[in-house]
Amino acid sequence: MATVSVRQYHRGGFSFENCKRNALLEADINKLGFSSPAARKTGTTICGVVYKDGVVLGADTRATEGMVVADKNCSKIHYISPNVYCCGAGTAADTEMTTQIISSNLELHSLSTGRLPRVATANRMLKQMLFRYQGYIGAALVLGGVDSTGPQLYSIYPHGSTDKLPYVTMGSGSLAAMAVFEDRYKPNMEEEEAKRLVRDAIAAGIFNDLGSGSNIDLCVITKGKVDYLRPHDVANKKGVREDKINGRPETGNYRYKHGTTGVLTKAVTPLNLEVVEESVQTMDTS
Amino acid sequence: MFLKYCLKDSVPVTGLCPQAGSYGVQDSLRRGFSSVKNELLPSHPLELSEKNFQLNQDKMNFNTLRNIQGLHAPLKLQMEYRAARQIQRLPFLPSSNLALDTLRGSDDSIGFEDILNDPVQSELMGDPHIMTEYKLGVL
Repeated sequence: MATVSVRQYHRGGFSFENCKRNALLEADINKLGFSSPAARKTGTTICGVVYKDGVVLGADTRATEGMVVADKNCSKIHYISPNVYCCGAGTAADTEMTTQIISSNLELHSLSTGRLPRVATANRMLKQMLFRYQGYIGAALVLGGVDSTGPQLYSIYPHGSTDKLPYVTMGSGSLAAMAVFEDRYKPNMEEEEAKRLVRDAIAAGIFNDLGSGSNIDLCVITKGKVDYLRPHDVANKKGVREDKINGRPETGNYRYKHGTTGVLTKAVTPLNLEVVEESVQTMDTS
Repeated sequence: MFLKYCLKDSVPVTGLCPQAGSYGVQDSLRRGFSSVKNELLPSHPLELSEKNFQLNQDKMNFNTLRNIQGLHAPLKLQMEYRAARQIQRLPFLPSSNLALDTLRGSDDSIGFEDILNDPVQSELMGDPHIMTEYKLGVL
């Protein structure tokens, strides 16, 4: 009652009121032997490559919650601005909210300057925000786009460090994808070659890492054009049940085929029935 | 000196000095009951840095401005901030702080303070009578 009577100025943003209570609860739960619910991660493979005319970003589409697949087809390539897209690995909610906030800020900024936003601006905004929260926002991002200075690709780590590189991978499958890149990357590739390279890198992550799976999404960004290919490739198709065999539906059909049992003799007796009486009764539908 | 009064040398830390109201005792009416554990340890590593974030940003910006443009620049700006900070609604109602936001340049940026825990949508409100009396110094 006392605290409610005269409130101090109430500021928005993160509230740390429940942290102590949560720590106590977690200790109690662990003592009983249960485990507290885990945040949904994207346990991912994301990568990007700079080619002759622009940037190709790639991502898998599996979201995990502990040891269970939470989403078989989630979208990990987020829109930042018409010429800048960002792949996100780490805690799914964190990447989602961070990219949305930066997208809004970049839109306001570009309205204020009157120009198309630059990739370096998005990179600076992201790294400043992630450093402010000292890594507690678990978002590892691959940021790529084409602006007036050319195609650029950045990788941004959860604590706020960034790298500007011609090819980057992030996520739990990053080592598998990086192996493919290190083997086959060449500067100034053509578009088809770059798309094939990214597709193969993501496929390496999908097949060799438990946290990545399902389909491969690609995003090809060039000056003035963005191709968002979702899905570009369905690497792991769910098993298809044989629906029809010989014209009959196979699933749930327990009838035996003709000829399963051998026929010894066959006798046909026609039943001749005469029509004796025929009457019509109207149905009462009132 | 005017500037020294506003820019403190150290960042105020919750709890290392007890929250003393008047008479040097804990002000239960305004800050509620307290415990030693709550006072001494922050509940989250980010709690302190977030609480003082705006203050530190302003301090940094004013220092840069002072080094580049001379003493008058931050002085003038701080005067304008003080004036804009006084444009408020009644003490228990949420104010938009439009003039302050425009001065700060935060009117064209969105952060977590706009999305999470918006004071406009808070479920709790201070008691109007007590808050106005406190503001007027009558309490």
